[in-house]
Amino acid sequence: MDVLYFLAALILIRRLNKRFKFTPLYTKWHALFNVAGWVIILLYIAVQIAFENWVDSLIGAALLAGIVFYADREEDFRPWRKTFTVVYPLAAVGVIAGITGLVAGHFYEKNHGWFDIAVAAAFVWMFARWAASRKQEEELKIAAVKNTELEKLVAERTAEITKQKEELEETLKELRTTQAQLIQSEKMASLGELTAGIAHEIQNPLNFVNNFSDVSAELIDEMEEELTKGDIEEARAIAGDIKQNLEKIRHHGQRADGIVKGMLQHSRASSNVKEPTDVNKLADEYFRLAYHGLRAKDKSFNAELITNFAEKLPTAEMVPQDIGRVLLNLFNNAFYAVQKKQAAMGDGFKPTVEVDTALKGKHIEIVVKDNGTGIPDDIREKIMQPFFTTKPTGQGTGLGLSLSYDIVVKAHNGKIDVKSKDGEGSEFRISIPV
Amino acid sequence: MKILVVDDEADVQPLFLQRFRREIRDHEFEFDFALSGEDALNYLHDKHSEVVLILSDINMPGMSGLELLSRIRHEYDEPPPMVMMITAYGDDENHRQAMERGANDFLTKPLDFNLLKEKLRTFTTE
Repeated sequence: MDVLYFLAALILIRRLNKRFKFTPLYTKWHALFNVAGWVIILLYIAVQIAFENWVDSLIGAALLAGIVFYADREEDFRPWRKTFTVVYPLAAVGVIAGITGLVAGHFYEKNHGWFDIAVAAAFVWMFARWAASRKQEEELKIAAVKNTELEKLVAERTAEITKQKEELEETLKELRTTQAQLIQSEKMASLGELTAGIAHEIQNPLNFVNNFSDVSAELIDEMEEELTKGDIEEARAIAGDIKQNLEKIRHHGQRADGIVKGMLQHSRASSNVKEPTDVNKLADEYFRLAYHGLRAKDKSFNAELITNFAEKLPTAEMVPQDIGRVLLNLFNNAFYAVQKKQAAMGDGFKPTVEVDTALKGKHIEIVVKDNGTGIPDDIREKIMQPFFTTKPTGQGTGLGLSLSYDIVVKAHNGKIDVKSKDGEGSEFRISIPV
Repeated sequence: MKILVVDDEADVQPLFLQRFRREIRDHEFEFDFALSGEDALNYLHDKHSEVVLILSDINMPGMSGLELLSRIRHEYDEPPPMVMMITAYGDDENHRQAMERGANDFLTKPLDFNLLKEKLRTFTTE
C-alpha cells in the first residue's frame, strides 16, 4: 500500500501545477513541479527495490509531509492551502505506520492489514475532500461571476440615481432662484401699485411744508410792521404763530420722511430681522397707501375707511416690511372687492373697508374687513395657493395671499383666518404672537 | 363773508387762519372748518344761511368732495351757496365732474393763496 503515498504526492504536485496554469506564478514553479514529479517516481522505484515495507511507508509519508510542510510555508501556495492540508492525515498515518514498523516490527507485521486499511481510508478521504472542494470552488466561481454582474448592475444603477439626484438638485436650485425672483417681483409689483398712493401721501405733507414756510415769511414781514408801529402785543402773537408753524413744518417733514423710509423698507429685500413693531402705526400707514394707490388709478372711486385701533397695544416682534406686505395685500384685495361691487351696483352701494386691532391673550389680532364682492365657496379653499387669482390676466400675480400665508404662518408662527360670504364681504383675521 | 373750508387734514385750519390773518382781522372774511363731507353737511344743516362760500377738498375718505357738492346742490337751493372744489389730482375727469355737479370754480393743490384771495374777492364783488 506504500504506493499510495507516492501517488498522493504525485497527484498533489500535478494538481498544484494545474492550479498554477494561466497565472503569473506558473513560470516560477513549473520547472520545480516537473522535477518533483520525476523525483517522486524515481524515489518510489528506488525504495521499492531497496527497502522493507515499513521503510517504504516511512519514506513515502515523510516525502508527503515534507511537500505539504514546504508548501504550507510558501506564500505563493496560500490560496490553495485546502488542496494540500487534506494530505496531512495520509502523511500522519504513514509516519505512524513507519514508526510502528521501526520500534515494533513484529506488531507491525501482525497488524499490517489494519494499517493498510487506515492508509486507504486516509487516501480516499483526501480524494473526497478534493472533490468536495472542487465542487465548492465551482460554486464559488459561479457566485463570484454572479457577484461581479450584480456589482456592475449596482454600479450602473448608482450612477443613474446619482445623475438623477444631481439633475433634481439643479432643478431645485433653479426653482429656488425663480421663487426668490417671483417674491421680489411680487414685492415690486405691489410697490408699483403703491407709487400713486405714496406720491399722494408725500404731496400732502410737502404742501404743508411749503405753505407753512411761505406763510411764516409773510408773518415775519407783518411782525416787523407791527414792531415799527409799536404794537408789541400783536408782534408777540405773530411770533407765537411763527413758532407754531415751524413745529408744523417739522411735523410734516417727518411725515414725508417716514413715508419715504417705509417705501424703501418695503422695496428692500427682507432682512428677516424681527423688531418690536407698533402694529397700529404699520396698519394705518399701509391702509392709507393702499387707498390712495387705488384712488390714483380710479379717481371716481371712494370708500369709507374705518379704523378701530386698540389703545395701548403692546409692540410685537415682527419683520415690519413683511407684515406690511401682508397688510398691503389684504387692503388691496379689500379695496379691489368693494370697487368691483361698486362697479356692479352703482351709487346705492357704500364701499367700506375696516381695519381693527386688538390684543387677544398673547396674540395681536389684526382684522381687515370689507363689504365687497366676497369669496365664492368653491374657491375659498384655493385662495392661499400660489398663482391662484381671480383677477384678469396680467393684473394679479396670484402670489399675494400665498406669500402672506408664508409670512404670517411660517415666519411669524401666526394664523390667518378667512370668513366670507359671497356677495356680502370678506374678513381676514391675522393673529401674531406678541 | 363766511367761508366753510372742508378738508380732512386738520392743519389746513391754522394755515387758512394765518394766510387770511389780515382779512379776518379786517372782517373781510370769516372762516369755519369741517373735517369731512359728513361734518360739512351737519354744519350746513344748522348754519347754511350764514355760509356764502364752501371750499372743499375732493379727495377725502368717506364722503368725497364731489358727493358733498351733489348733496349741497340737491339740498340747499335757497340761496345757493358758492362751491369751489380743491383736489390734489388736477385732472380733467375730476374737473369735468365738479363742473357737471355745479361747482362754481376749481382749484388744484398746492393751493396758490394769492390766486384764491383774488377769486374770493371777485366772488364778493359779484
